Amino acid sequence: MYEGAIQDLIDELGRLPGIGPKSAQRLAFHVLSADPIDVRRLAASLVKVKEVVKFCTICFNVAEDDKCRICRDPRRSDEILCVVEEPKDVVAIERTNEFRGRYHVLGGAINPLEGVGPDNLRVRELMQRLADGEVKELILATDPNTEGEATATYIALLVKPMGITVSRLASGLPVGGDLEYADEITLGRAFEGRRTI
Amino acid sequence: MYVRRLELVDVRSYARVGVDLQPGPNVLVGPNGVGKTNLIEALGYVATLGSHRVATDAPLVRAGAGSAVIRCAIVHESRELLVELEIVPGRANRARLGRAPVRRARDILGALRLVLFAPEDLSLVRGDPAERRRYLDDLLVLRQPRFAAVRSDYERVLKQRNALLRSSYLTKRVTKTAGDLSTLEVWDQHLAEHGAVLLAARLALVDALAPHLSKAYDAVSAGEGAAAIAYQATVPEPTADAVLAALRASRPQEVERGVTLVGPHRDELALTLGPLPVKGYASHGESWSFALALRLAAYELLRADGIEPVLVLDDVFAELDTGRRERLATLIADAAQVLITCAVEADVPTRLSGIRYTVRPGEVVREQ
Ligand SMILES: Nc1ncnc2c1ncn2[C@@H]1O[C@H](COP(=O)(O)OP(=O)(O)O)[C@@H](O)[C@H]1O
Ligand SMILES: [Mg+2]
Ligand SMILES: [Zn+2]
Repeated sequence: MYEGAIQDLIDELGRLPGIGPKSAQRLAFHVLSADPIDVRRLAASLVKVKEVVKFCTICFNVAEDDKCRICRDPRRSDEILCVVEEPKDVVAIERTNEFRGRYHVLGGAINPLEGVGPDNLRVRELMQRLADGEVKELILATDPNTEGEATATYIALLVKPMGITVSRLASGLPVGGDLEYADEITLGRAFEGRRTI
Repeated sequence: MYVRRLELVDVRSYARVGVDLQPGPNVLVGPNGVGKTNLIEALGYVATLGSHRVATDAPLVRAGAGSAVIRCAIVHESRELLVELEIVPGRANRARLGRAPVRRARDILGALRLVLFAPEDLSLVRGDPAERRRYLDDLLVLRQPRFAAVRSDYERVLKQRNALLRSSYLTKRVTKTAGDLSTLEVWDQHLAEHGAVLLAARLALVDALAPHLSKAYDAVSAGEGAAAIAYQATVPEPTADAVLAALRASRPQEVERGVTLVGPHRDELALTLGPLPVKGYASHGESWSFALALRLAAYELLRADGIEPVLVLDDVFAELDTGRRERLATLIADAAQVLITCAVEADVPTRLSGIRYTVRPGEVVREQ
């Protein structure tokens, strides 16, 4: 245990995902020895991100306005909608350059162990977006793990009666993993080879 | 297949140790508590990614160390393969195959095929059904590593489904209205898909295993009884539809109790000697013979698949009478590799006294 401010910083860093006690200590001492200007810039961007970044009112991706860059883009198709768990999945799919439609970010996956059901996700908002009939194909790009698969099945069951084509990314993605860790080529292929369910 | 070398860093009682092993019998001798089981437990971990003694990884790391490394060189069809596994409690294990890191530790399954028999195995016969399901599933994965994924998918879906049932059950108790079960249908579907695959694989396995088991028991006990195994399923057929139908039928009780009551996680491997079940009827000696026969049957089945697995007998001979010792020695005399541990060398029949090692605290010395 250290005293005062340095221990406070270690504790705060240690609460971040993927940072254990040892990493937290290493980061804290790095900050301590860094140039004060760099540290101020880091602190400012931490504060700014909470003030400036909002969620897009249409797709729930991160945005700096009411609408995100993708929802504002007139060149993208409104007929095809890709459902993902998190904003980072949007980034991963955009990197593949295979997709020209719009997104819907659920904000997670169905996970009873963590108390997450459909009501805790943006499922109702998704159904509202689909109600006007403009979307013709829905691509379910939730993670290829237990919770992602269950979420995809759940949404497919809801959407099927509406006459919308529902597809799931092709297999070939590393099973049990996160979408964001798939490389561009694998993810691009999974998109290309998506199958209707 | 045989293990040519085993190296441990910060595993159990060993800071750092390396042992060169030989094909055929290898006898590790040392007093109780010196670290014999620690060695072969590490080898077993490479084969199954789990310990045969403990359910968590923390005890495997030497007290005071942060992580443990198990390295072994495995010779199969005259080619040598290096496997390295780093165990960091609370985190995913890291593994290398040859010199290359693998994406997940699970990818090393199949590199070492090993059958281990230890005193703990008495619980195969006397313990809960979970012990016998684990025996089947471990063997399934040893034969076809892809079942590691089926098994873990099934277990994950089951956990999620139980969590949903439990939270709905609690909501109902508190608010007197049914909890949210809108996603139950989805979990049922996924549980049925994985469950049917697992069930079909277990049924096929038990079919293949049964004759080996009867033969092994006969050989160990010198014809003292007719041993048999039979799979008792909670679902009539290994199809997704059948599992789904069974789940539907038991749904009212499941919602009432907050747990999943049918499926491969509720099945049993029935063990019988003549007309009687083994559990509750068999003598101590018979129970021992049955546990040993289960392991030997697994060994013979893997051999019949065309892969000579490594056989490990931990502290086994001390538990057997002279007749059983000699018969066991005959059965395994031509094995590709057998690792035998004992406290008293005289307990091991002379025909198995191949290469001998003395185990001392923290080190293993080969005798000339
Ligand atoms: N994580 C650990 N760190 C240090 N020592 C350990 C650890 N786990 C077990 N041991 C020690 O290993 C010994 C048991 O070794 P074991 O291989 O079971 O003995 P045996 O030779 O009888 O098979 C005990 O003395 C125990 O204290
Ligand atoms: Mg021991
Ligand atoms: Zn948007």
